[in-house]
Amino acid sequence: MAEAKTIAKNGVNVEALIAAREALSKTPQAAQFKWRATNEWKNGTHSHSTVEGYYGLGQEHRHKKAFTFDADHPAVFAAEDNGITPVEFVLVGLASCLTAGIAAVAQHRNIQLRSVKATIEGDMDIQGILGIDSDVRNGYNGIKVSYDIDADAKREDIEALVAQSQKRSAVYDIVVNPTNVTVVVN
Amino acid sequence: MSRCLADRSIDHVVLERGEVAHSWRTERWDSLRLLTPNWQSRLPSFTYAGDDPDGYRTLPEIVAFISNYAKSNAAPVHSHTRVTSVRRTEAGYLVSTDQGDWGCRTLVIASGAFNIAHMPAFAGRVPRPVAQLTGQNYRNPEQLADGGVLVVGASSSGTQIAHEIQRSGRPVMLAVGEHIRAPRVYRGKDLEWWMDAAGVLDERYDQVDDINRARRVPSLQLAGTPDRSTLDLNALTASGVEIVGRLAGITEGGKAQFAGSLRNMCALSDLKMNRLLQLLDEWARNKGIDGAVEPPQRLPPTSVPDEAPLGLDLAAGKIKTIVWAAGYRPDYSWLDVPVIDRKGMIRHDGGVAEAPGLYLMGAVFLRRRKSTLIDGAGDDARELSAHLASYLDGMPLRLTA
Repeated sequence: MAEAKTIAKNGVNVEALIAAREALSKTPQAAQFKWRATNEWKNGTHSHSTVEGYYGLGQEHRHKKAFTFDADHPAVFAAEDNGITPVEFVLVGLASCLTAGIAAVAQHRNIQLRSVKATIEGDMDIQGILGIDSDVRNGYNGIKVSYDIDADAKREDIEALVAQSQKRSAVYDIVVNPTNVTVVVN
Repeated sequence: MSRCLADRSIDHVVLERGEVAHSWRTERWDSLRLLTPNWQSRLPSFTYAGDDPDGYRTLPEIVAFISNYAKSNAAPVHSHTRVTSVRRTEAGYLVSTDQGDWGCRTLVIASGAFNIAHMPAFAGRVPRPVAQLTGQNYRNPEQLADGGVLVVGASSSGTQIAHEIQRSGRPVMLAVGEHIRAPRVYRGKDLEWWMDAAGVLDERYDQVDDINRARRVPSLQLAGTPDRSTLDLNALTASGVEIVGRLAGITEGGKAQFAGSLRNMCALSDLKMNRLLQLLDEWARNKGIDGAVEPPQRLPPTSVPDEAPLGLDLAAGKIKTIVWAAGYRPDYSWLDVPVIDRKGMIRHDGGVAEAPGLYLMGAVFLRRRKSTLIDGAGDDARELSAHLASYLDGMPLRLTA
């Protein structure tokens, strides 16, 4: 008697994603999304961001609640540390995106994940942002992400999950490729 | 296709804008060799009869092969006849050419999948002094100025072109995006032998998970190297080529931007290659031929520099020429029939286009993975000519596996 194949339970609704992919390939207009945030200055380098509404599938949506974030600089920058730095938000974004991707790909490939932990570190020479040396860029010189993954799969298959996650990651794309940014004053 | 139609006594003409084998004669570089071994170009009633079955045809040999085939079939070719438009009529199609019009009941589009070399919109920002060529008008390193060359694209064309330019003494920088690495020889036999024997090339379009994705996959990073060496990124790096990430953009100031994803591009390519080799190993084991071939091998991982440059000032003089080898697309500008999708490709089901009596030949993964190769044309032509014949007879045929 043939053994029933165990279905991985990683909590990702891959069927829904595949159905969405089918539907959207026929109506590309519906695939146009807009993600948003608002930001308000508090004091010094401390500001407060709110994320609530986004647009997609032809209409406006709201998250189940308004999510809020404080951003600031730390004491070594002579600031008050009321929140993480903006550049740390980017690291959080990248790690979150890659991890979500690993879960989605693992589900699609029927690999059971037990634990996925990432450590992310970005190298920065602050002579850039301080304007000390114009040859130094403001942003990261390099970012490294290390994953500790415990899963029901061979090492090669786990590496493939991580590689595929990067291939389909939005934040990875934002970070490694150029993006047009327009800033206007009303 | 002409051969198959003749075998069925179906009256037809073949319209060719230049001479037979035109694109091989005029749109390829001098040192090009077919990346499939000589034995593997099996056309209906015409196979390789020379003494080097495992070698790779040179460009003149390819031209001769195709021209001789046309002659041996006495194919009804009208050369120097450029099609300017194709429209539907009551009876079928009206084909307008620079030598007059033709009316026909059925039409086979065999104008090729690689008519136009892809160049991104930002190619317009390349500073004037930097010369630009594509895989179609590049011929040999001697046409290039002395000095550095940026080759864009690391599939079959890009790697071969980068290698020969580097060997000519001009330092090459190669921008690497998605690519499919593969060893030329595996366990002592040609990779194409494996792909053929193991049935990979016979995979059908209607049995593949995502045919649209499979049709957009870049060409295997294989070359018809006379010494059968593997021309992968490691070989290029060893010969002095500098690999950088995908060319992601050029700023208005003429600065090239390379993606920071080189490491993952190479990792993905290595993983895909190893999956293929594992599939071949399993096939060999199940077939019981493990003893007849060398033991399983794996190539070392692609070596990636710790910090590949992310940008290059194209106006600073280090680069004198850019060669675009970033893929091709077909030219259907003359096709005035509503079968083109939003990506500029013909809508078809295994070569049967979405218009009555209209067929497509010579497209990537048209009916099988081998449709991309000369070797695949035979089966495609046999099956599609059967469909065409029954269409002419007024009895639509349903093509089955």
